[in-house]
Amino acid sequence: MNLIVAENLSKDYRVAAAKASADLGPPENVVKALRGVSFEIEPASFVSFVGPSGSGKTTLLNLIGCLDKPTRGNLTVAGTDVLKLDRRASAQFRGDHLGFIFQDFNLIPVLTVYENIEYPLIIVKNTAAGERRKRVLAVLEAVGMLAQRDKYPDQISGGQKQRVAVARALVSDPKLVLADEPTANLDSKTAYTIIELMKKMRDERNTTFIFSTHDQKIVGEAEIIYALADGELVDRKVKEGKSNG
Amino acid sequence: MGNLFKIALRNLFRYKRRTLLTASLITIGVVFVLVFISVSGSFKNMIIGQITDSMLGHVQVHRRGYVASIDNLPLNLNPPPQAMRKLESVLRDLPEVEAYSPRIKFGGMFSNFTETTNIRLNGVYPEQEFRTVPLLPTRIKTGNRTLKKGEIWIPELLARGMGLKIGDPVVVVATNKDGSVNGKQFVISGILESATGPGGRDGYIHLQDALETLRMPEIEISEMAIRIKNFNKLAAVTQELEERLAQQVTPKGQPVFEVHSWEQLSPFYNIARMIEVMTFFIKLMLIAVVLISIMNVMIMAVYERIREIGTIAAIGTLPGKILSLFVMEGFCLGVIGAAAGNLIGLGIVLILNFAGLKFDFGMQKDLVLAATIAPRELIVTSGIVILVAVIASLQPALKASRMEPIQALRHV
Repeated sequence: MNLIVAENLSKDYRVAAAKASADLGPPENVVKALRGVSFEIEPASFVSFVGPSGSGKTTLLNLIGCLDKPTRGNLTVAGTDVLKLDRRASAQFRGDHLGFIFQDFNLIPVLTVYENIEYPLIIVKNTAAGERRKRVLAVLEAVGMLAQRDKYPDQISGGQKQRVAVARALVSDPKLVLADEPTANLDSKTAYTIIELMKKMRDERNTTFIFSTHDQKIVGEAEIIYALADGELVDRKVKEGKSNG
Repeated sequence: MGNLFKIALRNLFRYKRRTLLTASLITIGVVFVLVFISVSGSFKNMIIGQITDSMLGHVQVHRRGYVASIDNLPLNLNPPPQAMRKLESVLRDLPEVEAYSPRIKFGGMFSNFTETTNIRLNGVYPEQEFRTVPLLPTRIKTGNRTLKKGEIWIPELLARGMGLKIGDPVVVVATNKDGSVNGKQFVISGILESATGPGGRDGYIHLQDALETLRMPEIEISEMAIRIKNFNKLAAVTQELEERLAQQVTPKGQPVFEVHSWEQLSPFYNIARMIEVMTFFIKLMLIAVVLISIMNVMIMAVYERIREIGTIAAIGTLPGKILSLFVMEGFCLGVIGAAAGNLIGLGIVLILNFAGLKFDFGMQKDLVLAATIAPRELIVTSGIVILVAVIASLQPALKASRMEPIQALRHV
């Protein structure tokens, strides 16, 4: 069974026009961010969406991550028709099934490395203290940040912050981790190690990773690559050894 | 809950200066309210104590219509002796009554054999009177604090005006209710400090002397002063007394007695009410200070942390939890401000007591203010501050909880 099934996904944004026109009605334009995108992703995949700025990568990740709703089309994630989820149910679904890694790391500055990773288990999952500690220490060790566990985000490097973000995304054992330009704010060497870390985590935990990037060197690390241009899916490459699902 | 509390505290101390300024503002407000409540409340209680414990008593019972004519001290409005015996029996049966004192009040001529003036006198049983108004003997500026038959306590102003001193003989001439005039000689045994309020410039003689002066064959008292055990139950005791005495009626079916608490007899009650109104408005100002300052801080906190809100919403934090996070910050600010305000306020009250703040009230000079704060006031003031802090943070917290994560994450 596929983890994600997207059929004919479209997303339109209404944006204010520069000038109002008496003939054209209200002063707004429609931007088509996605135009009938369809794809399927299997569990434990390591997938990348690539394309230039404005191609629709972030919009697509937002739809998969239940942060936004498509204008048209169908989307099933982890067997759930996510279009039917209301605001609260979406939040619950994200907490139960998804992990997020952001371009700017988005760690909570007042919490230590340990507490940032622990946060989803406390606030979102309500996990018992003993189990929490076991899980946090395990992911800290897996991402190589055990020694920095008591440091605050402003006391660690960008690469370390992203390692913490990976750990935070994985600690609640999600089925899918979405990473929007996770390496954009990192130097190429660090970027490569973060992608390697994500791949290692996929191998160890069978978690599906989907990330967006426009860095060609990083793109090569993905096993399935979807290319987007002007909101349309224009190419799909599968590395040798991976099924062409 | 503990984790929410920890995160809220850390968020507050992320902006140390701003938190410190807001907490200081709340603290100053709390200190101001507490010191005002302490000083004004203590002043009020002290004056009420002076009035009730040195002159009026807590409650007074008169024959119906007497209080309306009290300036004339009418002797024909004294209750009949059998009604008074019933009144005493009711007072003895009322467990809340600590003491009571019958008084015969009358006006007369006062002479030192060379000069004559008017005087208002209370005929009392000294022991009963002292149990009912225990501060009366403390008003004796010179002389004995005991009152025997044949002795008179006169007000200070009268003594000074007529050049009288302890041991001097004087004569009191009074008209009784039948219109006949009689006189009796007394020896001055005490000079009373004048007090503000009804009865504050009255003289005192023994009740037996009053009977002789007025040629009363039986005791016909003018008023019964009553002291109750718990002053906080004044209204309830007054009401119960009224209900019990309502059974005493005249042949025409009218009630024999009227019952008044000190509040209905002393003009100071209006000042006490004014102090309470001022306290209320001071508390309103505190509410405004807390409301505006916390709302301001929390609105700023939400605007500064929009991306952070987007992040925690994206990773699955439910809107209710986001609301709780921000409300908890407001709550913590309120608790910090209230706690600091309580500590500093108590410190200032201690200093005031140590300094021995003196004040004058009417004719009473150099009264030393004993400032106190009831634990109830600390709890109420802190409760108001914390409640208002939570209410003030609700609007920004609601705004945070209703943010769309995608828009919050895009925020620059």
